[in-house]
Amino acid sequence: MVGTTVDEQTEMHSQATVVPPRLEVAEDRRGAVEDFDQLPSEISVRDLDFFYGKEQALFGNSIEIKKNRVTAVIGPSGCGKSTHIRAYNRIFNLYRDQKAKGEILFDGANILSSQIDLLDLRRRIGMIFQKPSPFPMTVFDNVAYGLRQHYRMSRSDLSNRVEDALKRSAIWDEVEHKLNEPGNALSGGQQQRLCIARAIAAEPDVLLMDEPCSAIDPVGTAKIEELILALKNKYTIVLVTHNMQQAARVSDYTAFFFQGRIVEFGPTTKIFSNPAEKQTEEYITGRFG
Amino acid sequence: MSTVELDATQSPGAPRGAAQAAPRGHRLRIGDPIFQVLATACGLGLAVAMFGLAGVLVYNSWPAISGLGTSVFTTVAWSPVDHQYGALAALAGTFLSTLVAMVIAVPLALVIALLLVELVHPAVARVVGTAIEMLAAIPSIIFGMVGIFVIVPFIQDKLVPWLLTTPLANVPGIKPGPQNQGGGLSIFTAGVVLAFMVLPFITAVSRDVLKMVPQVTKEAGYGMGSTTWEVMHKISMRYANSGIVGAVFIGLGRALGETMAVAYLIGSVYTQLPRSLFDPGTSIASLIAQQFSEATDKIQVSALIELGLILFLITVVFQIMAQVWLRRVQRSTGGRA
Repeated sequence: MVGTTVDEQTEMHSQATVVPPRLEVAEDRRGAVEDFDQLPSEISVRDLDFFYGKEQALFGNSIEIKKNRVTAVIGPSGCGKSTHIRAYNRIFNLYRDQKAKGEILFDGANILSSQIDLLDLRRRIGMIFQKPSPFPMTVFDNVAYGLRQHYRMSRSDLSNRVEDALKRSAIWDEVEHKLNEPGNALSGGQQQRLCIARAIAAEPDVLLMDEPCSAIDPVGTAKIEELILALKNKYTIVLVTHNMQQAARVSDYTAFFFQGRIVEFGPTTKIFSNPAEKQTEEYITGRFG
Repeated sequence: MSTVELDATQSPGAPRGAAQAAPRGHRLRIGDPIFQVLATACGLGLAVAMFGLAGVLVYNSWPAISGLGTSVFTTVAWSPVDHQYGALAALAGTFLSTLVAMVIAVPLALVIALLLVELVHPAVARVVGTAIEMLAAIPSIIFGMVGIFVIVPFIQDKLVPWLLTTPLANVPGIKPGPQNQGGGLSIFTAGVVLAFMVLPFITAVSRDVLKMVPQVTKEAGYGMGSTTWEVMHKISMRYANSGIVGAVFIGLGRALGETMAVAYLIGSVYTQLPRSLFDPGTSIASLIAQQFSEATDKIQVSALIELGLILFLITVVFQIMAQVWLRRVQRSTGGRA
């Protein structure tokens, strides 16, 4: 309990009993049994190089992100995990000195091409950030944000969709009566699920999660992990995490990054039980990183 | 963890190595209470100065308050020769010139602040930002002179003649009134110059609060497929709204109280209510400035001090309104407390 806020403590007390055991969800380890090459790819990355100014951060990354699967991206700090997925929605374009080269194919087009409609791309590829980032508005308006921006709809339709997104993000029960309260009045874990609701309300195809649990307490983390497992039926999820247990718990495929290169990519079960590369083994057994 | 355990096993105030480090521990124990006393004294001093100021104003304006009663607020003209001390013309001039200034300065300042924070290259932002801050360092008399030599001729020779050819000429408040002197020395001119005087304050403060919007919040906005404009006005501005309102009120306070530039430009008509923005008029501050040195009559001095009291109260009321409004906005948007 040390270091938690009052909010988080109440959340812990009221929810501590309902956290189901995870880890032994065998049928969710699909990566072990299915044929990778037969699965449709949502995103195909080919020879992605990335530069911060003159400094190269990613070297020839190639990876297939499979549709309706959770792909975990692991690796030591500074290895380029976040940089890699920040290329998928071109969020790096906000910074003048950042450049990406190569190909990221999504729905038949190269994301890195200058012809891509960035606004629609970012609707279709939603992003959840390390730090919960509710907008300075009410819970309802937060979730309605993307809907209002990308769609024209009646007020009742809007509130139905907001409710639906909050339910699918497993936060409806907690905020049902707080829809008109500021989003940042929620606890950290709730804020993060609110951000997930905000992203999925806009009907994306892909969710990029950049260490979504690193600022969240264990109970909140457990809820988000459950949510990820539930959401993959509808969305393709790329999860950056520095928590290897988390990658093992929720992902189907895992990519191990080291110094800007993808050292190994494969079914999560294989990466964690029988890695092909020595570096991967050393990292997952905790010998460095 | 180790320090916590150590503290628990030793007496408070005697950390490890206390024997050698005794003077330092001693200083720390004394330092905090002293600082607290000093800080409290400074804080109280501020409050005392504030109430003292109000008290002195009330005390010195008492002869006018009791002698003239409400006539200060009900009569228009300020004419000491006729023993008329009406402040309506000055009040109207103060509000109208401030209104003109804010209508021009606030949008301009916000656009500049957003531009500096979100759009231009950081190096450009630094240069432009410094230039705008330097505007704030220019003495107000210089603004008055620029007003006289540049703005007045422009408004008199260009703007007003042009306005008279447009349908706007018939709009009440624009149409020059019976005291029209060509519109050069007018409430509008004073307002325009005031706008440039308050611009740097509003811009600088808005820029600083907009800079404090967390990068991740903005990225989240862009990540939702927002345009730069949408991120700026739906997210950054809301996040920073309390600071921006604060910035606007800093500008407002300055515009209400600005004296020299306004005294130069507003036309110094004390006896009639303006019918138009292009009429000359006066403001409370410039009326005080221009009449105080020549005020000999005791009641006149007292009445001028009462004007000062009124100006003081106006700014206090605006401050309170701003605070109330801010609290309401924060409750509904969850802006910073």
